Amino acid sequence: MRALVRSVVLVAVLVLLNALLVGKLVPGVSISPYFLQILNLAGINIILAVSLNLINGFTGQFSIGHAGFMAIGAYVSAFLSITFGESIRSAFSFAPATVQDSVLLLVVLAAGAIAAAIAGFLVGVPSLRLRGDYLAIVTLGFGEIIRVFILNIDAVGGARGLGGMPRLANFFWIYLFAAATVAMVTRIVNSSFGRTLIAIREDEIAAEAMGVNTTRHKVLSFVVSSAMAGVAGGLFAHYLMYLHTNSFTFIKSFEIIIMIVIGGLGSITGSVLGAVLYIVLTEGLREFAQYRMVLFSLLLVVIMIVRPGGILGHRELWTFFRRRRAAEAPAPPAVPG
Amino acid sequence: MTTFLQQLVNGLSLGSIYALIALGYTMVYGVLRLINFAHGDVYMVGAYAGYYLSRKLKGDEPSLVGALVVMLGAMLVCAVLGVIIERFAYRPVRRAARLTLLITAIGVSLFIENGAQLVFGPDPKFFPSLAPRADFIVGGVRLTSEQLTVIAVSFLLMVLLRFFILKTRTGKAMRAVSFNLDAAKLMGISTDRIIAITFGLGSALAAAAGVLIGMQIPKIDPLMGIIYGLKAFVAAVLGGIGNVPGAVLGGLLIGTSEVMVVGYLSSTYRDAIAFGILILVLLLRPQGILGRTHKEKV
Repeated sequence: MRALVRSVVLVAVLVLLNALLVGKLVPGVSISPYFLQILNLAGINIILAVSLNLINGFTGQFSIGHAGFMAIGAYVSAFLSITFGESIRSAFSFAPATVQDSVLLLVVLAAGAIAAAIAGFLVGVPSLRLRGDYLAIVTLGFGEIIRVFILNIDAVGGARGLGGMPRLANFFWIYLFAAATVAMVTRIVNSSFGRTLIAIREDEIAAEAMGVNTTRHKVLSFVVSSAMAGVAGGLFAHYLMYLHTNSFTFIKSFEIIIMIVIGGLGSITGSVLGAVLYIVLTEGLREFAQYRMVLFSLLLVVIMIVRPGGILGHRELWTFFRRRRAAEAPAPPAVPG
Repeated sequence: MTTFLQQLVNGLSLGSIYALIALGYTMVYGVLRLINFAHGDVYMVGAYAGYYLSRKLKGDEPSLVGALVVMLGAMLVCAVLGVIIERFAYRPVRRAARLTLLITAIGVSLFIENGAQLVFGPDPKFFPSLAPRADFIVGGVRLTSEQLTVIAVSFLLMVLLRFFILKTRTGKAMRAVSFNLDAAKLMGISTDRIIAITFGLGSALAAAAGVLIGMQIPKIDPLMGIIYGLKAFVAAVLGGIGNVPGAVLGGLLIGTSEVMVVGYLSSTYRDAIAFGILILVLLLRPQGILGRTHKEKV
């Protein structure tokens, strides 16, 4: 019941905010399209960062191919909405245009998520048997293979890029899915399944000795994480209305990693913070565009040396406030060795 | 048949480049159990060092002495760079979790790539020809002098490296460190020094590869290290990471198979083939062709 009330409140707030931001709620009050775009891209980044944190931060499996799954979600959903968009719309021709748009978006996003999940399964089964460094390279490799294959499929534009999908995603949808991602990952992490994932992160051999089927758990969390990246890709496609494989190189995967490392591996609020901070810094430093990535990479190295768990480490943002209130709160789990 | 032989020669000369880079990966992995993501970028810096050195020496005709000076200079620059990277980025996190080390390596790699775009400019540069060139035709197969130089120089460097590792005191210490770092330290080996030397050596080999690729494919850009680095890493894994002869074998195999795929299938898949091989290796024989398996102990 509480969850239902919360969701209704969330949707209402997002609808109002959306109307406010585009200037439909209070006449004359609106946000510039530039800021709106930054805000929306930040939302997509939140989905990517939080979902990647499930696999990198909570399960402790270092994947650097997240952009590949995002690409699959983006291309599948874009292809569907271009090809079957009209027939799905006409099936709901009795409803108003907004409803048609929403149904279409949900259908193509679901398809994109499923496609990304299948890809995640296919990639995850062989590569999650490997540990640490190898997994990183294999996921990087798979991410690139996915990109090269998309580049060679003429039906989705190949090197020309893919355009022509309608602008279905907006502030409301992006932040609805961002909130849903945060909620889902939070609940996963706090469930017995999530505790198992954390056990795998802390000590894989010990977890296995306790009877955990480590491969199954790793693959499952990988599949969930990929599906979420697919949703982010679908939103990206239907927000910018143009796709090119160059948006999904491993540089994009590295960006998502920078976000979660800055925020804290294994901290959900940390990845939200990291995602927002990343895009704010990127846009804020636009004048110094050529120094930007130098700065970010330096930041990455310095954070690793000074504070290996990221700014928040494994803690969530609110634990800082809670600790101030009750000084004898239980100590947060140590950073794994 | 002639086409096949021609492709084989092309493949071997590309493969020697991969082998030189793979040696650095495998040596560093041997002593630190770290995939040095920045290694491909050291190779790129090597190519640029060669470019600027040869511009500096310009004026005289392409000569063998000039080429030698350029190559040794670039190797020296990169050896210093490798030691600096190890000292300031990897040493502080050496005792931390493996993940920390890996992220640091990614950070260093991004730093060098973006720093290079600032310092050298993002546009590709054209590598001047270093040595007088000639083509030989043997049985219908064209051998360019660049290809022969690449193969000869890499072979020479590999022989020297093998001699160094097997016959010198430092090489012996290096093998000890790669066998067991803590035990080596207890035996009085200065492990810090050995690790620094390993980075220096590996980086020097990468620089040699950078100059050689500049002679063969004279277009260099700040991001060229990424894809070569990844393929060389695949080569190291294919041969068995941590294994020096394995890296050479892996490099030659990757280079040849890449050239064959481009020659007989399609050039768009040239970057996918290495990763395809990597995935197959990891599934079928994760320790690589010449590698040994390690039991994980609690």
